[in-house]
Amino acid sequence: MNMVATLAPYPDTTFGSTVYHLKSGGSGTILDINDLCLWYGAAQALHNVQMSVEKGLVTALIGPSGCGKSTLLRCINRMNDLVDNLRITGGIRLNGEDIYDRSADVIALRKRMGMVFQKPNPFPMSIFENVVYPLRVDGVRDKALLEETCERALRGSALWNEVKDRLDQSALGMSGGQQQRLCIARAIAADPEVLLMDEPCSALDPIATAKIEDLINELAGQYTVVIVTHNMQQAARVSDNTAFMYLGRLIEYGDTEVIFQTPKSPKTQDYVTGRFG
Amino acid sequence: MTDAAALQQESVPMSKSTGRRTDMRSRGEPALWSLGGALAIGIIMILGFLALVFSNGVETFIPKPITVVTGIDGTVTAGEPFRSELFKPTPEDFAKASPDWQARIKDANGYANRTLYRMGNFDIYGEDFRWVPDFMAAKIEQPHGLVFVERMEWGPFVGTVKSIKVDGVERPFTTLDDTAFVKAHETARDRSKAIRKIERVGINDVNHALEQERLGLRKVELASGRNSAEYKDAEARLTGISAGLQQRYDALSADVQKLREINAGNTITLAEIGGREKTIEFSALVRAYAANDLSFAQKAGVYVSRWAEFLGSEPREANTEGGVFPAIFGTAAMTLLMVIVVAPFGVITALYLREYAQQGRLVSFVRISVNNLAGVPSIVYGVFGLGFFAYVLGGSIDALFYPERLPNPTFGTGGLLWSALTLALLTVPVVIVATEEALAAVPRSMREGSLACGASKWQTIKYIVLPRAMPGIMTGVILAMARGAGEVAPLMLVGVVKLAPELPVDGMFPFVHLERSFMHLGFHIFDVGFQSRNAEAGKPMVFVTTVLLIALVTLVNATAIVVRNRLKKRFAGSQF
Repeated sequence: MNMVATLAPYPDTTFGSTVYHLKSGGSGTILDINDLCLWYGAAQALHNVQMSVEKGLVTALIGPSGCGKSTLLRCINRMNDLVDNLRITGGIRLNGEDIYDRSADVIALRKRMGMVFQKPNPFPMSIFENVVYPLRVDGVRDKALLEETCERALRGSALWNEVKDRLDQSALGMSGGQQQRLCIARAIAADPEVLLMDEPCSALDPIATAKIEDLINELAGQYTVVIVTHNMQQAARVSDNTAFMYLGRLIEYGDTEVIFQTPKSPKTQDYVTGRFG
Repeated sequence: MTDAAALQQESVPMSKSTGRRTDMRSRGEPALWSLGGALAIGIIMILGFLALVFSNGVETFIPKPITVVTGIDGTVTAGEPFRSELFKPTPEDFAKASPDWQARIKDANGYANRTLYRMGNFDIYGEDFRWVPDFMAAKIEQPHGLVFVERMEWGPFVGTVKSIKVDGVERPFTTLDDTAFVKAHETARDRSKAIRKIERVGINDVNHALEQERLGLRKVELASGRNSAEYKDAEARLTGISAGLQQRYDALSADVQKLREINAGNTITLAEIGGREKTIEFSALVRAYAANDLSFAQKAGVYVSRWAEFLGSEPREANTEGGVFPAIFGTAAMTLLMVIVVAPFGVITALYLREYAQQGRLVSFVRISVNNLAGVPSIVYGVFGLGFFAYVLGGSIDALFYPERLPNPTFGTGGLLWSALTLALLTVPVVIVATEEALAAVPRSMREGSLACGASKWQTIKYIVLPRAMPGIMTGVILAMARGAGEVAPLMLVGVVKLAPELPVDGMFPFVHLERSFMHLGFHIFDVGFQSRNAEAGKPMVFVTTVLLIALVTLVNATAIVVRNRLKKRFAGSQF
């Protein structure tokens, strides 16, 4: 919670309203974040975030540490529900459905989204069982379907050729980069509507990172990807739209090229040119 | 080079070498010594204890030579030298010693050595052991031909074999290895086994059937009253059945009687060192060996057969001889039953406390209370077990399901089930604490990964958290088992007995009798060592039983540790 403690001294007036210049080319809006505010206890971590995510595009969230980008990402599949003393106002709509509605089924919601975490977190089971875990918890017992899904997901995460002969071995014996691609395979196994990635390359070496980035480029179009990253070059390489966040606020949101070459907000300018952050 | 420069150059290394050295205290060396010393003392004490127990336990069953001591006053003592010690002779004893010895005792500040001999022959002498001071011994020898005879009753006999009688006919006795002798012994033992089988199975069945019928009648009486037609019918039926059963009983008794008569015709006459004779049946003979004429192989044979008897048979002579099989069985059954109860109960409790309960004051209070439960003296659990489990729960079960047996309690007294439950209560804090720690150690990233896949909380616990926490949970269960297997005090109140007539598992329906009282190795040690008539004879058994208990606990723990390490290996290579 340290990160939010630094928020307090800044008066609201230092921020103007968000600058938008969204790139079109997606097939409509899939996620609609509406005036989202979030508090950890008394400390406010998100201030009136307003953004929509285009279907089929890759959207990057960038910003300095503690700016709330991970918090925002975790709001989308309600992972923040696990945190005590958390309060949220505003709403998020997935294909028009309010996911913070009282009657919303969180478990069903999470099944419609895949999530990849900062550190690879394979489960202590075989590679096969890891990939089909989302289907297993859904009660799928059909072996043919499970095998087909496993192969599709592993091919989708460019891991199939490396592991096809050792699907029954423990996933914990793989390298870090392989583990992260396995986690991506797991995330896309259930064919999610949105793929959320929380700094997926921060624990990986450059070669593994390059592989994951290629993979994200391949997945784009097939899935809607929201990726949080610390690495601005990465955001520039993989994303269509970029959202710059600072101290819990969405400063600028729009075409990645514009953000990195001719940002409209001076704060964004300072950040992408490396003056702070 | 100027003087000043030279001085400066010199002063640089000077200042380094004369600078303050880090003193010993801040380097922590005294602390290291005391820590290492404490560890060394601990290890020495544990190893010393194990060495003492094992050396005593392992050598107990080695056959020892029989020594014959002729005293200066003419008394003859024959027996196994048991142990010796220094003592201060009384003035009267001292006066009996030869002048030579008197001088030696004076040199030793009035102390002399004496040896305890296990003479056996309790039925003749009225004592098993005798101290013989060194200065009272005129002659010490180990003559050939003496035999050490282990008997079913009265303890061992030390002396010589005079004659044997096979099927009523006197036979000359040659040696203990003589085929006639061996065969007579074997057939007599077989007959004893047959008698036991008739008594245990045949007669027991008859008694059981008779008891069932009586209970059936009592049930009818409780249900319809003494004057009802049903009662009259049942009574008439019982009379008929019991007549049949009585016939069966008589037939079996006659068989037993016949075997006993044959046994009475197969005897062996022994003579103690002073010449007094004693005739015993072959069937009462456990083992006989010529103690001073044994080859190494024969000694090994006696040693192995004694261990086999110890591990495989029932105790006799107030537990100071024979085996401890019922105690091994009782300990294992009780521990197993306890684990079956405590493992799921503790794990479920810990799961709720850690995963589901709202972490707050109430949960902290519950947690502290659970931890404190581990510190309650175990005898208190015994009292609780007796009062609540046996009297309240057991009493209710009796009143509900076994009213016809009252006032004889079935479950309303100590027994295997109540002992296991009492120990489960005693060890459940261990399991809860270990499980909670294991659950807390499961990385958050794994739970989140599972939840993000659309797993419910329960599925996450079932598929991810519990398997991952399993090694830690196993550790807790192992600790609970070790604690439970070694606990004695509460068991004395809730079901352990000195001698249980029947095992808790047998061929009689329903095969597992949780209400029966049972024997326990820990209690056996206490009983043999401190409760028996013959404390001296029990002492070696204390060591042997302790060796066995330690070995059993080690075996159980080793098995559990192997299982735990296998589980751990499945999670090896994890990055967290």
